[in-house]
Amino acid sequence: MNRINKIFKEKKNNILSIYYTAGYPGLGDTVAIAAALEKAGADMLEIGFPYSDPVADGPVIQASSKLSLDQGMDLNLLFEQLKELRKTVTIPVLLMGYVNPVLQYGVERFCKACAEVGVDGCIVPDLPMVEYEEFYKDVFLQYGLSNIFLVTPQTSVERIHKIDSLSNGFIYLLSSSATTGQNLQVSDTTEAYFSRIADLKLNNPTMIGFGISSKETFDKACKYANGGIIGTAFVKSIAAGNLEENIEAFMTKFTS
Amino acid sequence: MNYFVNEKGYYGDFGGAYIPEMLYPNVEELRQNYLKIIGDAEFQKEFHALLKDYVGRPSPLYLAKRLSEKYNANIFLKREDLNHTGAHKINNTIGQILLAEKLGKKRIIAETGAGQHGVATATVCALRGLECVVYMGEIDIQRQAPNVARMKMLGAKVVSAVSGSKTLKDATNEAMRDWINNPVDTHYIIGSVVGPHPYPDMVSIFQSIISEETKKQLIEQTGNDQPDYVLACVGGGSNAMGMFYHFINDENVRLIAIEAGGKGVDTGFSAATTFLGKEGVLHGSRSILMQTADGQVVEPHSVSAGLDYPGIGPQHAHLFKTTRAEYVSITDDEALDAGLLCTQLEGIIPAIESAHALAHLEKMKFKGGQNVVVCLSGRGDKDMDTYMKHFGF
Ligand SMILES: Cc1ncc(COP(=O)(O)O)c(C=O)c1O
Repeated sequence: MNRINKIFKEKKNNILSIYYTAGYPGLGDTVAIAAALEKAGADMLEIGFPYSDPVADGPVIQASSKLSLDQGMDLNLLFEQLKELRKTVTIPVLLMGYVNPVLQYGVERFCKACAEVGVDGCIVPDLPMVEYEEFYKDVFLQYGLSNIFLVTPQTSVERIHKIDSLSNGFIYLLSSSATTGQNLQVSDTTEAYFSRIADLKLNNPTMIGFGISSKETFDKACKYANGGIIGTAFVKSIAAGNLEENIEAFMTKFTS
Repeated sequence: MNYFVNEKGYYGDFGGAYIPEMLYPNVEELRQNYLKIIGDAEFQKEFHALLKDYVGRPSPLYLAKRLSEKYNANIFLKREDLNHTGAHKINNTIGQILLAEKLGKKRIIAETGAGQHGVATATVCALRGLECVVYMGEIDIQRQAPNVARMKMLGAKVVSAVSGSKTLKDATNEAMRDWINNPVDTHYIIGSVVGPHPYPDMVSIFQSIISEETKKQLIEQTGNDQPDYVLACVGGGSNAMGMFYHFINDENVRLIAIEAGGKGVDTGFSAATTFLGKEGVLHGSRSILMQTADGQVVEPHSVSAGLDYPGIGPQHAHLFKTTRAEYVSITDDEALDAGLLCTQLEGIIPAIESAHALAHLEKMKFKGGQNVVVCLSGRGDKDMDTYMKHFGF
């Protein structure tokens, strides 16, 4: 059982997962941010590896990705940095990014590197389900990695069941079809959609992401899923100033 | 050998639909319906009526006498420059707007580089009364002001793409982001044979009218529908795919695709994708693209905005890998010289994109009597500024 499966077993509700971009704001900040987030109460982490053309991302994560790349981040350097990860960090860690850098690095080599540094899973939004099933699944499983799929209000029930059958960690629910950084609006239709998902009695736990920016929206997410994922709001909060203080201040809003 | 798309959406190793889940329902809706809709007799009737009476098709196949003399071959120009709005791009936008209507879409989005596809999209949206939003890189907006004005006059909203390098690649990213955020009533009219399956196949079907007509015209003019050579320039590759389409299985017809070499393939300022690229994923399909060792997309350079793209469509990647088509590159200067030559020998000012195809004639050896078709994908009006600066008119 990897750390992702474990956290959902031990803590069924209010799981707080934080996304941030590797190599941002400072190239060498990647592991320090992870450690500070765990200390401040995060349950799970998603570390973004930057890509030049992040089509699923809004302006804030685009900008953090660009700065990170400009500062010299790449997968070789990231895995080098992450060698230090498990010296200080015990919570589950996922890598999130686009498929092309993974392809160039080599899929098997990527999975092996993840396992070696203690990464527990991946979120690759533009890796299609059919491709994953045919070419990637066996390698992912061989190295004990969870692959996380996204679901939107437009995803059909049949497809959600298929996603559930291929998932081995959690399912990432989007409150609406959107790029990252929009505000979570829980309207009647999203409530209906979340309850529809709950009624499906999926095998995997669910996390709601994209657009959670406040304690209020996080609590809403937790009403319908096992927890929530915060990305853009966190990335914004560490743009300038003292990293540890910013992280402390940001996290107390959610943990107090 | 199968050179066309298979039931999984692949051309050999290339193609597929590498898209985030947010785009899946729209792309899947298209995939399930495009062949049915396009194959429908009513659709075909309407499509061909518009191509004839609105676009002005068939476009002539013109035997360019003085170019023929110069190169010692029969040089035929397929005159896509004479289409309404001045390029082949409108063949695709007419097809896609009719398809969008059949799917009940109310809002159209598009990306554009030089503005030709943006103008062609804004034009069909005006024609059919649909809302139109065109994404264009901030840098391209500055260097293609007349086309920006045309789009606005046609009623389109032109949105400046300020991310990344602020050119075509980034305009495409922004259009994809728009589609993610508007998942229900919007159709994305992609301007070339790129993007997730079924776009490359769909766009090539709409552009295949170019080679369909050419074959008939060759029979009338030469008695043989198989020329020795067919040439076309490649940005994303839509005019080339349309020009090659009905010749692909005629294995004795040599297909030559001309890429933009920029200042020279090895100068770091080039868009010659098959020379500089590697296999990977860009804008939703597996193909060949210019990228770093880490898989970051590299910014291309070409004097012609329409060829200034770091990838090629997946079917081109397949034609390249199987060597069914030959891929060559032409520099900025060679293209501009060929544009001037065509203008002075034939009285036709070609788009600088198309001038890349013409420039390759200079590098070929003919033995007299051979038939050569060159796709003249567009007219040069939009490029007068560049021609004027280069030649000092
Ligand atoms: C006249 C002309 N030719 C060629 C192209 C390149 O596109 P494609 O390779 O899709 O034909 C463009 C693109 O703007 C164009 O305007």
